[in-house]
Amino acid sequence: MEKTRYPQVEMEIRKWGSKPSSLIQVLHGTQERIGYLSQNVLEYIAERLNVSLSKVYGVVTFYNFFKTQKDADHIIMTCMGTACYVKNGEEVIKAIEKYLGIKMGGKTSDGKFSLRIVRCLGACGMAPVMCIDGDDIYGRLTPEKAIEAIKRYQ
Amino acid sequence: MKIYRIHALICAGAQCLAAGGNGFEEALKNELKKHNIEEEVCVVETGCMGACQLGPLLVVYPEGIMYTNVEAKDAKEIVEEHFLKGRPIKRLMWKKEGKEEFPGLKDIPFFAKQTKIVLRNCGLINPEDINEYIARNGYKALAKAIVEMKPQDVIDVVKESGLRGRGGAGFPTGLKWSFAANQDSEEKYMICNADEGDPGAYMDRSVLEGDPHSVIEGMMIAGYAIGANRGYIYVRAEYPLAVRRLETAIKQAKQAGLLGKNILGTNFSFDIELRMGAGAFVCGEETALINSIEGKRGEPRKKPPFPAISGLFGKPTIINNVETLANLSVIIDKGAKFFKQFGTEKSPGTKVFALAGKVNISGLVEVPMGTSLRKIVFDIGGGIPEGHTFKGALTGGPSGGVIPMEFIDTPMDYESLPALGTIMGSGGLIIMDETSCMVDVAKFFLKFVVDESCGKCVPCREGTKQMLKILERITSGRGQKEDIDRLEKMGKLIKLTALCALGQTAPNPVLSTIKYFKEEYLAHIIDKKCPAGICQFSALKEGGKKHEAKVTH
Repeated sequence: MEKTRYPQVEMEIRKWGSKPSSLIQVLHGTQERIGYLSQNVLEYIAERLNVSLSKVYGVVTFYNFFKTQKDADHIIMTCMGTACYVKNGEEVIKAIEKYLGIKMGGKTSDGKFSLRIVRCLGACGMAPVMCIDGDDIYGRLTPEKAIEAIKRYQ
Repeated sequence: MKIYRIHALICAGAQCLAAGGNGFEEALKNELKKHNIEEEVCVVETGCMGACQLGPLLVVYPEGIMYTNVEAKDAKEIVEEHFLKGRPIKRLMWKKEGKEEFPGLKDIPFFAKQTKIVLRNCGLINPEDINEYIARNGYKALAKAIVEMKPQDVIDVVKESGLRGRGGAGFPTGLKWSFAANQDSEEKYMICNADEGDPGAYMDRSVLEGDPHSVIEGMMIAGYAIGANRGYIYVRAEYPLAVRRLETAIKQAKQAGLLGKNILGTNFSFDIELRMGAGAFVCGEETALINSIEGKRGEPRKKPPFPAISGLFGKPTIINNVETLANLSVIIDKGAKFFKQFGTEKSPGTKVFALAGKVNISGLVEVPMGTSLRKIVFDIGGGIPEGHTFKGALTGGPSGGVIPMEFIDTPMDYESLPALGTIMGSGGLIIMDETSCMVDVAKFFLKFVVDESCGKCVPCREGTKQMLKILERITSGRGQKEDIDRLEKMGKLIKLTALCALGQTAPNPVLSTIKYFKEEYLAHIIDKKCPAGICQFSALKEGGKKHEAKVTH
């Protein structure tokens, strides 16, 4: 059977080198380009970096950042660091869960939002905090403010 | 060089940006253009100024006036009144207890009572311009080290300074270096640990974002001292802005000939690469971090051999924390004696704390080691919000413990905190008032550890889980009298037997809260009450049934 080539993966391998120690960086780059790490992609990376597939899988499942399935359009990361916890971050999370009708870790049925916990975004001065799509940080949240922010992505 | 009449420093730390700093800058620039004074006012985006809670922040020089919570709509007034007519906007100025405004930065206790070594440039310079760093004596210490000093001299000065690792354990930096320096190896590595995972701490983030060159310079000095030519910065993927600013800084240093081959015409060559973490708390542990850079699962290794002997790719490796590295250029430039005048005899220098939680002004605070907790919380942080009382402070995150009111005058240093049953940690300092339940706090940290345990050793993987189960039982009203004893016994066992520092310190929050707030545990267990009103016992009956069902199952 002829193997598919993944040009996006190749670009990452060229950047980091075709060696086992590049694995995490290649996974990072590939996920950023493709969105998630499918089994075919992982098999391809394993072969190209000369690492066994089981080791690749071990790494992918060890780190929180890597995803093996397609994610929602928008990823809501609610912070549950200590400062956010002390400042009632849990109330905000409950309100979001109720609004989206999903539990922590879940995905809305239309595939628009997924909800996750992050352990400290380092924005403790503005606790409680959440982050949408990795870059947009919303601070000093109340349940109302959080839902208002989420509405902008609908 | 161009001379400006006014410098407008806008905080571009992550928190001020999130609070809306971006929109303000654009509005300010538009106003300057409209009034045709673009040539007179220099707008600088700086790193974190520290008073994160009041952001977005703007500082105007030459007066040194700080405006807080600025919004895009304020730009017009600032330009027309302050910049054109010289009348500062009182309503935007920092106010004493919400009333009288402070005339300048130096009058605000939050800033006046701090001592800045690590944060010397944060909030003052543009972190994306290497020239601003150089203008503040940047890379002077590197030049001094590699041109005038032998590697051993550098190690001696750092040893003499008494600098201790700011990552948490407080191991003497110079001593650590000497282990790697003594190794005979062609290749050695210098790693910067920027995997700031303690939930509730962001000192390193602010240094990386606000003064990335100070970290790069520190790494190079350390690399020279131990004989390494290659450095890695292992940074959290949760800090995208820090990653971008580091990339820019490395690029600029390379272009300036300060990184690369034969630096400043010497025989010393040094290169730095960035490595992104992937969301695993345990990777802050030295040997787990090394595994992660090697592209493996971030599981800790057995020690010995210590990384200084056999670390990254089996070569001698030194790992220093961001804050430790940011101290180095000051120590080399100004000498050990200068550094030792700050702090205590055994813990010289300063410490940066990320002050957060139930305190009036949360933000970044740098104080001499040995400063009392009271001074940090009440003099600098402005005390506890009205109507509430101080209950305790958490230090050291999931590895630390709580400092109760009775010990609020304890000096914050590497000796006094362990004596109280907590640790200095990396500098997270979370203040709690009477609305926090100590049993719930302990549960919060334990849940964190259970999530983040790598699973390699049994005491950490299984032990913390059992402890969490007991705490869950207590906070839902099903606690048993023997549970406190069980927690203590199990906690002590995990401390003795876990493989790495994560596991060895995991029981600390539980043991420490039992030590100082035993009556709260008893209230949960015997009276079935949560004094702070956090834990819900309403589902008691149902919960009890569930529990029984599980047992018979």
